[in-house]
Amino acid sequence: MRDMKILVCIKQVPDAKDVRLDPKTNTLAREGVESIMNPYDRHALEEAVAIKEKQGGVVTVITMGPPQAEAVLREAIACGADEGVLISDRAFAGADTWATSYTLAQAVQTLGGFDLILCGKQAIDGDTAQVGPGLACRLRLPFAACIQKTRKVTAEAIEVERMMDDGFDVLRLPLPALMTVVKDINEPRVASLKGKMKAKKAVIQQLSAADIGADPQCIGLAGSPTQVVRVFSPEPRGDRKIFSGSVAEQVDQLVACLKAHL
Amino acid sequence: MLIIDSEKCTACGMCESSCAFGAINVQADCAVVNDSCTLCGACVDNCPENALRVETADKRTQADFGAYAGIMVFAEYRHGKIAPVSYELLGIGRKLADKRRVPLSVVLPGGTVAAFADGLIAAGADIVLLAEHPMLEQFREDLYAGILEQVIRERKPEVVLAGATAIGRSVIPYVATSIDAGLTADCTRLEIREEDGMLLQTRPAFGGNIMATIECPHTRPQMATVRPKVMAPAEPDPSRKGEVIHIQLAPSILHTQIEVLETVINNEDQVNIQEVETLVAGGRGLDSAKGFALIRELAGELNGAVAASRAAVDSGWIPYPHQVGQTGKTVSPKLYIACGISGAVQHAVGMQSAEIVVAINRDKNAPIFDIATYGVVGDLYEVVPLLIKRLQEIKK
Repeated sequence: MRDMKILVCIKQVPDAKDVRLDPKTNTLAREGVESIMNPYDRHALEEAVAIKEKQGGVVTVITMGPPQAEAVLREAIACGADEGVLISDRAFAGADTWATSYTLAQAVQTLGGFDLILCGKQAIDGDTAQVGPGLACRLRLPFAACIQKTRKVTAEAIEVERMMDDGFDVLRLPLPALMTVVKDINEPRVASLKGKMKAKKAVIQQLSAADIGADPQCIGLAGSPTQVVRVFSPEPRGDRKIFSGSVAEQVDQLVACLKAHL
Repeated sequence: MLIIDSEKCTACGMCESSCAFGAINVQADCAVVNDSCTLCGACVDNCPENALRVETADKRTQADFGAYAGIMVFAEYRHGKIAPVSYELLGIGRKLADKRRVPLSVVLPGGTVAAFADGLIAAGADIVLLAEHPMLEQFREDLYAGILEQVIRERKPEVVLAGATAIGRSVIPYVATSIDAGLTADCTRLEIREEDGMLLQTRPAFGGNIMATIECPHTRPQMATVRPKVMAPAEPDPSRKGEVIHIQLAPSILHTQIEVLETVINNEDQVNIQEVETLVAGGRGLDSAKGFALIRELAGELNGAVAASRAAVDSGWIPYPHQVGQTGKTVSPKLYIACGISGAVQHAVGMQSAEIVVAINRDKNAPIFDIATYGVVGDLYEVVPLLIKRLQEIKK
């Protein structure tokens, strides 16, 4: 079959497990928070590289973000991607999922001609899982979310397992298509030494809002229908009883408390 | 972009310390913003001198708010059943509709689903919109999206609610993009402003470490997916009256590119952990897959089911359907016993609405004790067998 052109959309995110709200200033405390490639996107990348290795083709990674997001593109190249594109412009700042999917769609149309687009199911900073389906909508591509396995890829179609709440569905989508993947789909590889060398030398293509022909009213904060109006810490649970004493004493106290509820 | 008024700025540094993205550096006499700025506005709120402001391009054309009225719920049908979250959506939808004094409608696509209409009315719906067709028996993104788009365009609700389920979180973002509506994912709290119908949508972000409230000030409808098991369904009232409408489906909508070859229901685990009243959960503290034998024994003693933390699932000790937390399921049983689970926020967001939480952990500083109703500090391999023994004694 002919070579496939595969696109993977990735995002640089703060490592979510480190993010806390500073109770005094009510803002995000960023000290010691590392920037990483969104974990779900690693799986999307691995799947793209695995498909390329089997079928032949080119894997392009794109990200929308500030200039330093270039780091995740190089990391992706180290892990098997062939080329990276950074979509970066001050005007993209403050984008919600509507504006992000618009921006990515403009970039995809500028780059052109992909057979398959892969996204992680969601990014761990926002956890919305909305950009992948939104991008499919804008590109009018058949899509499926939460793919847990690629069963078969041909020049015309892809057969995949879509995770559902009670099991899974086996789907066939004609290409070009878009899918978002869950972590069960594969085990991402670590970068090889050769890959790291390649990543170091790679030339990253940069696209601005003007380069992708973006409408200023559709990008960034201006293009975002949703607005965050308040950020706060989750409420702690009240009235708790932590027992003390020997294990036997504690279990007896627990059973006494639970008795009324059993 | 963020504008810093250098006349007003005193270089006090409040903005720099309030920025979560490291986007502001205070130089000798003025703050300077860099490319990491996301226009979140935290610095604007924190500036004592009012030296900062956010300027953006003009907003896109605003919706004619007056043309939009009513609350609409997307009900999910799969394998002969309505998803429980649909009734939860009707519960919260009813409250929103009453506050705004507007009707509550529910859209139900499926193969043969008319029999469910009465139940949806009893659960709070005023209008049931049935989209029946053999092609809709299976969920397909493109077909379901087409139907929802058609119904929303025709009926112009001011709010559309869907479950944050595999189906809802897949099709709803597609629909929202298509109709240029704002969409908030996985909400855990919804309130509506009586006077203007603004929906205040609250959801966890950053893995549940923080909560955010979101509005859609310029667009209608306002769309939200709602996390299952968070909202309470209304007590069914069979005497409620409502209207049932069969939607005329445009032929162009009944065209799909997605072929469903097979549909598989996981039977390795018949029990859905979201549906049971008692859960016994195991985490990293079990140290091995064998530990789940003990967890199962305690669950059996309490007629409950087995749940797990992400650490236990990631270690391969138990399959994913058991996972509770941000990346697993949200549960709200009457009793949740967490054994050897540290209680990181990742896990806590999935179980903190349980009525009673029992924590068993040898580390008395584990965060699970902050959200526990009752805490036992000790080795679970000592505590759990003894607990089972005591429970058996009570039964006798």
